[in-house]
Amino acid sequence: MTEERSGANILVESLVKQGVEFVFGYPGGAVLPIYDALFGDERLRHILVRHEAGAAHAAEGYARSTGKPGVVLVTSGPGATNAITGIADAFMDSIPLVVITGQVPTALIGSDAFQEADTVGISRHCTKHNYLVKDPAELAGIIDEAFQIATSGRPGPVLIDIPKDVQIASALWNDAPAQRRQRYSPRTEGTADEIAQAVEMIARAKAPVFYTGGGVINSGPRATALLRALQEKIGAPVTSTLMGLGAFPADHADWLGMLGMHGTYEANFAMNQADLIVCVGARFDDRVTGRLDAFAPNSEKIHIDIDRASINKTVRVDLPIIGDCATVLDQILTLWGDRKGQDISAWKTRVEGWREKKSLSFPLSDKAIMPQLAVQRLFELTKDKDPVISTEVGQHQMWAAQYFHFFGPNKWLTSGGLGTMGYGLPAAIGAQLGNPDSLVIDIAGDASIQMNIQELGTATQYRLPVKIFILNNEWMGMVRQWQELTYESRFSQSYSESLPDFVKLAEAYGWKGIRIENESQLDAGIQEMIDYDGPVIVDCLVAKESNCFPMIPSGAAHTEMILYGDTVAGTMDDEAKALV
Amino acid sequence: MMHIKQEAEERHVLTITVDNEAGILAKIAGLFTARGYNIDSLTVADITENHAVSRITIVTHGPPSQIDQIHAQLERLVPVHKVVDLTEVGPHVARELALIKVAGLGEKRVEALRLADIFRAKAVDTTTESFIFELTGAPDKIDTFVQLMRDLGLVEVGRTGIVAMIRGPHEA
Ligand SMILES: Cc1ncc(C[n+]2csc(CCOP(=O)(O)OP(=O)(O)O)c2C)c(N)n1
Repeated sequence: MTEERSGANILVESLVKQGVEFVFGYPGGAVLPIYDALFGDERLRHILVRHEAGAAHAAEGYARSTGKPGVVLVTSGPGATNAITGIADAFMDSIPLVVITGQVPTALIGSDAFQEADTVGISRHCTKHNYLVKDPAELAGIIDEAFQIATSGRPGPVLIDIPKDVQIASALWNDAPAQRRQRYSPRTEGTADEIAQAVEMIARAKAPVFYTGGGVINSGPRATALLRALQEKIGAPVTSTLMGLGAFPADHADWLGMLGMHGTYEANFAMNQADLIVCVGARFDDRVTGRLDAFAPNSEKIHIDIDRASINKTVRVDLPIIGDCATVLDQILTLWGDRKGQDISAWKTRVEGWREKKSLSFPLSDKAIMPQLAVQRLFELTKDKDPVISTEVGQHQMWAAQYFHFFGPNKWLTSGGLGTMGYGLPAAIGAQLGNPDSLVIDIAGDASIQMNIQELGTATQYRLPVKIFILNNEWMGMVRQWQELTYESRFSQSYSESLPDFVKLAEAYGWKGIRIENESQLDAGIQEMIDYDGPVIVDCLVAKESNCFPMIPSGAAHTEMILYGDTVAGTMDDEAKALV
Repeated sequence: MMHIKQEAEERHVLTITVDNEAGILAKIAGLFTARGYNIDSLTVADITENHAVSRITIVTHGPPSQIDQIHAQLERLVPVHKVVDLTEVGPHVARELALIKVAGLGEKRVEALRLADIFRAKAVDTTTESFIFELTGAPDKIDTFVQLMRDLGLVEVGRTGIVAMIRGPHEA
């Protein structure tokens, strides 16, 4: 069947063909033809957000929690620029998005027309690829390629800018598979040589450690299973980046917890003292390595990554293997067979010694709820429900990473690379849509939650029982902490002045509001939140000036961690301050 | 006090084969600025009959680790087919074209013409008081010629930036 269809219509048909369930969007002049094509179409569900940043983050939350690409639809100019933060966020964290933006009619491009922005130019360096569509006849092929690029290789956002006249003009369309260009085919397999070398390096290691990242999650559940299988054969301890949490079960005896700036003592020491680091889908980010010249000085390094540009970017490795985590892990496992590695019991004894530091212990207070305790209780009371957790950015995010524990992939949604405050609520909304039967909780800070607070209305509209658990310390806690530790407690602009009454705010949006003011109300408040069949904000008042430890100050090595109870100078030299 | 540190740098010539699509040059040039890489020269022109593919030659400098990153970052752009680091691959020919305008009378005019002859520069425009010379060659040859013209009435210089190719019978 071949017939004339409008560009808008071809777009809708193409999205349906890709299996898209939800479109997160916001209408405007330059996308009216697309909104008209969506009108009454039951095959796609449009989720009307309250701000385009919310659309992009919601699509990220949907994508991260389901493994499917998220789709965003926004208008030209301010619609597109509002979405940019979410697009940049998805770019940094390798989240597959397809973002459709309206553009002024082709003839007006470049004339400073009403609501014109150079969307392709603005998004060029925060998308994996982008297009300006000039002819509706190109649309089907472009959309097909966009989905391929967004979801294969290292995933990421792809933007398609469609001028209004291209949405209205028609072209021949048929329901045969779209003809996309055959030009993108990332390498997915390691070479036999590389795999053999990896097996040999693992077999001779006396102190190996797995350092895993978001790539394992992106690669899909098979990668998680294979990681566990390989670990079982080798017995090496496992640590993960913030983005990789959930790939390895947190109740496993060989789990070290997260590494890096706020990682555990055992994870950072194991990295520092290992003789072999097997990095799977992580990228030696500065938050992970600490001072580069002191990073894992005595180890050989294997780096499995689908993105060649992640190899040797900051840390030189001995054996790079460019490929998909699942495929390469499978190759290693197959070649490993029934081999026996070295006896690593002495190494594991050392690891146990570091665990003895109990680096996540914290002092309780009889005056206020310690935020760490609040997360611990939230975890204990919800773990049976296998919840999906999103976060905002700040101390609460790190406490969630430290004290909430994950047992499977796609349960942990956080803005790692860009560190975007305001991510958590819309991400939770997207996740709830993708996982209608799951308990979805945004662990938030009092400052961050205000960055996309308007999305409360979205959850109300679609009857999404999302929960927000605010660790309310009345500060931009993470900023306050850095000012305390590096700027001699000059708390410049980090106090959360004029906070709203979050309970009343919840109620104003038709949510339930719960306030937890002291430890005796903590469990009951959490339980009430879980039991309520609808969206809830919990305003949990916590100790105001707690710091997040352990902490590797910027410019320091893994072995120079600050633990609770250590005295801290409260200042830093300029070299250290200049490090992010 | 903190000071900005410098690392030892190398100069590399890269050729990049790309889909000839809108925005590709901005994408590549922008990648260099966004990630803090250097562009010493950049040339581009389409090289296939149907104008679908272009070849870009970039001369860059930076620490070896950065050159490797540039290579990898370029390769991961969707419209990029191939990146060749000619400096890594081996002996190659690098050529540039320059137009050099010199104005002067008498002895200086004669000397300019004599030097142009030695450098095999061609006079492509002549008036009674000026020449435009066309000169192709390795960049340092052009540098030298331009330097000599400074004393002989140099008016302006236009250079293309280099194009380069691996020596021998094969494609790099
Ligand atoms: C959009 C954005 N702006 C600024 C920052 C810098 N920043 C990082 S953490 C933080 C404070 C967050 O405060 P809050 O949400 O209350 O969380 P807490 O640290 O107190 O848990 C700020 C301002 C950021 N990460 N994102």
